[in-house]
Amino acid sequence: MRNSRAIEITVGVFVIAGLAALFVLAMKVSNITAFQSASGYTIIGNFNNIGGLKVRAPVTMAGVQVGRVSSITLDKKTFEARVAMTIDNRFDNLPTDTSAAIRTSGLLGEQYVGLEPGGMPTTLKDGDELMLTQSALILEKIISQFIYDKASGDGGGSGK
Amino acid sequence: MIEWVRRIGAGSIDMGATLGRGALFLVRVLVGVPGVLVRPGLIVAQMYSVGVLSLLIISVSGIFVGMVLGLQGYNTLVDFGAEQSLGTLVALSLTRELGPVVTALLFAGRAGSALTAEIGLMKATEQLSGMEMMAVDPEHRIVAPRLVAGLLSLPLLTTIFVLLGILGGYAVGTGLLGVDPGAFWSQMQSNVGFWEDVMNGVVKSLVFGFVGTWIAVFQGYDCMPTSEGVSRATTRTVVYTSLAVLGLDFILTALMFG
Repeated sequence: MRNSRAIEITVGVFVIAGLAALFVLAMKVSNITAFQSASGYTIIGNFNNIGGLKVRAPVTMAGVQVGRVSSITLDKKTFEARVAMTIDNRFDNLPTDTSAAIRTSGLLGEQYVGLEPGGMPTTLKDGDELMLTQSALILEKIISQFIYDKASGDGGGSGK
Repeated sequence: MIEWVRRIGAGSIDMGATLGRGALFLVRVLVGVPGVLVRPGLIVAQMYSVGVLSLLIISVSGIFVGMVLGLQGYNTLVDFGAEQSLGTLVALSLTRELGPVVTALLFAGRAGSALTAEIGLMKATEQLSGMEMMAVDPEHRIVAPRLVAGLLSLPLLTTIFVLLGILGGYAVGTGLLGVDPGAFWSQMQSNVGFWEDVMNGVVKSLVFGFVGTWIAVFQGYDCMPTSEGVSRATTRTVVYTSLAVLGLDFILTALMFG
């Protein structure tokens, strides 16, 4: 067996390497640095239909991420989806008439909440509800609407 | 006919007895763990043979598993025009599944078998009985440090494996296949959670480390004290640990990500 000092040094290097790998995984690979729920305030949007929105989906304004979706529940009275969004404290000056829309990144990408700023001088506080919301586009609905219009248009008109 | 039934009965009793001995053995060893923690020198020496000496095989496998994931993932994703998600695919597969499981399987082959053979030979050459004669409890002096070292080493090896795997996937993806490096990292970061994915993988590897080392030391301690017995116990360690890791992985995955 090698002398104990050399063994201790290599074991120390091993432990440090393992912990450093974990640190790199935390910082570089996962999103631990981005938008902890503790460092933000919550606003709520009620949507008729959220489509495929998931918890932890990004919340953006002008394409810049400002927060994350923290919870999605169904309102028992209105049967609307209640989406709670945690907004980073750096963006504490959103006007109260900010509107939210559920959008899709790319044609088949994941869905996110896009915020559009309003013009009111007062700002949103923790727990405030958004007044204007726009539901997700459901592709099947649009297609069926299109087919329905097409069919009724052909039936009503007199051909070409 | 009756002989055949008798053999099944004997096998069942034997299996039950082994399980019971294994559980009691674990309890006795765990009682000895606090005594070992105040003598960290014993653990460090074992971490060297269990952890440091496994580093090479773990690192090389990690890099190659990551590189293969990069190649295979790219070929599938490019059909959907989603090759930007290569980073997510590589990182999620490694942190959640491949990292803990492959490291545990390699660990069983590299370190578990060595532990069994070492303790089995100590038993065959009556070193363990000798220690008992000197009023030194071998379960505390020999087994407990190895259990702690295995439990600590496997998570460390797993994080190193995962990180090197991701770097391997990155090298192949951006260097060979032309994925955009920025998209590789940013897609990965936005889709991999630290607690959900990375830490769940570490928890998995803690469980595997505990079970794998337990099986290894028990097989060594429980083996027939002959050269044939030691060789059988070594084989059993690798087989049982692999089966236990794969089975437990399913249960843990169902609990964590189900």
